[in-house]
Amino acid sequence: MAEKYKVDKDLVRMEIVDFTFPEKEYRTSRHDTVLPYNWALGPTWTRFFDGLKEGKILGTRCKKCNKVLVPARTFCPICYEDMQEWIELPQEGSIETWCLVNYKYYGQVKEPPYIIAQIHLDKADCSLTHFIGGFNLSDPDKVRGKMKTVSRVKAVWSKEKHGDIYDIAHFKPV
Amino acid sequence: MQKVGIVEVTQSSGVESPLSLMEFTYKPVKELLDKVDMRRDEVDMYILAATDVFHSGMSCANAFDWDASGAFMKPASREEGDAITAFVYGCMPIMEGRYDTVLVVGLIKGSENPENDTLTSFVADPFYSRPVGIQETTAAAMQMRLYLQRYGITEEQCAKVVVKNLGNALFNPYAHIKKRVNVDDVLNSERICDPLKAMECAPKSEGVCAMLLASEEKAKKLTDKPVWFKGWGSSMDTFYLGDRDLLDTQLKAAAASAYKMAGVSDPRKEIDVAEICEPYAFQELLWCEQLGFCAQGQGGKLIDSGVTQITGALPVNPSGGVLAMNPYVARGLYRVAEAALQIKGKAGEHQVDGKVNTALAHSTYGFCGQWQGVVILGS
Repeated sequence: MAEKYKVDKDLVRMEIVDFTFPEKEYRTSRHDTVLPYNWALGPTWTRFFDGLKEGKILGTRCKKCNKVLVPARTFCPICYEDMQEWIELPQEGSIETWCLVNYKYYGQVKEPPYIIAQIHLDKADCSLTHFIGGFNLSDPDKVRGKMKTVSRVKAVWSKEKHGDIYDIAHFKPV
Repeated sequence: MQKVGIVEVTQSSGVESPLSLMEFTYKPVKELLDKVDMRRDEVDMYILAATDVFHSGMSCANAFDWDASGAFMKPASREEGDAITAFVYGCMPIMEGRYDTVLVVGLIKGSENPENDTLTSFVADPFYSRPVGIQETTAAAMQMRLYLQRYGITEEQCAKVVVKNLGNALFNPYAHIKKRVNVDDVLNSERICDPLKAMECAPKSEGVCAMLLASEEKAKKLTDKPVWFKGWGSSMDTFYLGDRDLLDTQLKAAAASAYKMAGVSDPRKEIDVAEICEPYAFQELLWCEQLGFCAQGQGGKLIDSGVTQITGALPVNPSGGVLAMNPYVARGLYRVAEAALQIKGKAGEHQVDGKVNTALAHSTYGFCGQWQGVVILGS
């Protein structure tokens, strides 16, 4: 945090250090807004993230359409009914689609290049969004070639778990 | 139900402006009122569209948006989704017979905020999608790969959308990006988010669009060529990308609803021109399919056929579309304005050749076209 913001003591304002606007030929006034928020996770997210901490991927089943969705939900987004039955899902699945992020923008979640994918876990009725990794991503052409051969992936867990989505480090080819 | 006519439209250029947001908003609204010879307080109601928090950061809409657009001390409302909805909200009290005139304004200065991808990551939920890097470009790139794989659409066909739209934009005085490009330029531009190339992604632009709506009687007094509101439909899909088939969006439902209201049974034949919202090039092809301009999976062949060129039988984005100018939030009102100008025959150098009786305006926001809205206008 300390190196990401500098504090202007006179104006009692923080400025993001690693963001610059293009040079302007007219007068502007820069303001960076840093505000704290504190969101309740609710019981369903809490149980899902507690599950990740234990190395489990948890989904819930809709009592009406019988679909198993992951991450777990409180209610079915299609039927609008309760989803109270908890299911532990297999940690393997197949890739529905993916992209290779190879550019920078402010607030990015990790250093590029990285792959984001929709992963259809076995026994789930939807896809999970997460990273694909475990191999060299530096050459985009090679990555495209490699991804053509990848059909199955499995979860790789982080060494340290904090009860959040990063407890899964990424999915790697099987 | 009363008829609603579009009397007049004004728009700002998409190019970066040294004016403050307040000055930048005031100009097109004042120009509109001068054109129709009305005072601010003679307008019955105002509807504004702006997102003052993430896309402006100033969060003082009550000053900059309301004062500058002349909406103060009048019945008025402001919405944050897309300005095409503000247009529909503006039509409603006239249809009801409550008001005779409504002024609709969409406003943004894209040059004053961080990158689109920084901002749209805040549209993702903070617990799951945002930490794994979902924002509009990463979501669109995954949608594009699925589109290429499932239907055999080629990257060349997607690149042709950029060539067409930027080509059209050369004749639009308000367009932001003015550059003649060819398919190779697009294909060789940086693969920022494979399979998406840099030139296939919309810029971020300035943009204030103002539009005066009026009841039939009033519209006929104010202009010799009113453009009539004929139909409307919209739908929001569920949020999580993994729950949806990303190639089966709510655009089909939105279009069906708009066509039904307007009495359009064969959109490919009955619609003379379409202004659609394509923040990523391939989306123009996918949206054309879902608007019923061609069969599912045939979007690539549609662009190959030349039908959607400005000289074609169904020109799509003669203004240059969102690839040439992307004033977030206001962009939906720009689509309606451009569609109306084509019906009026006042689009200038990018006026299409044939007579335009029916025009379609479309807008979208959210990941992979989560929300979709369609407006039909008639002569």
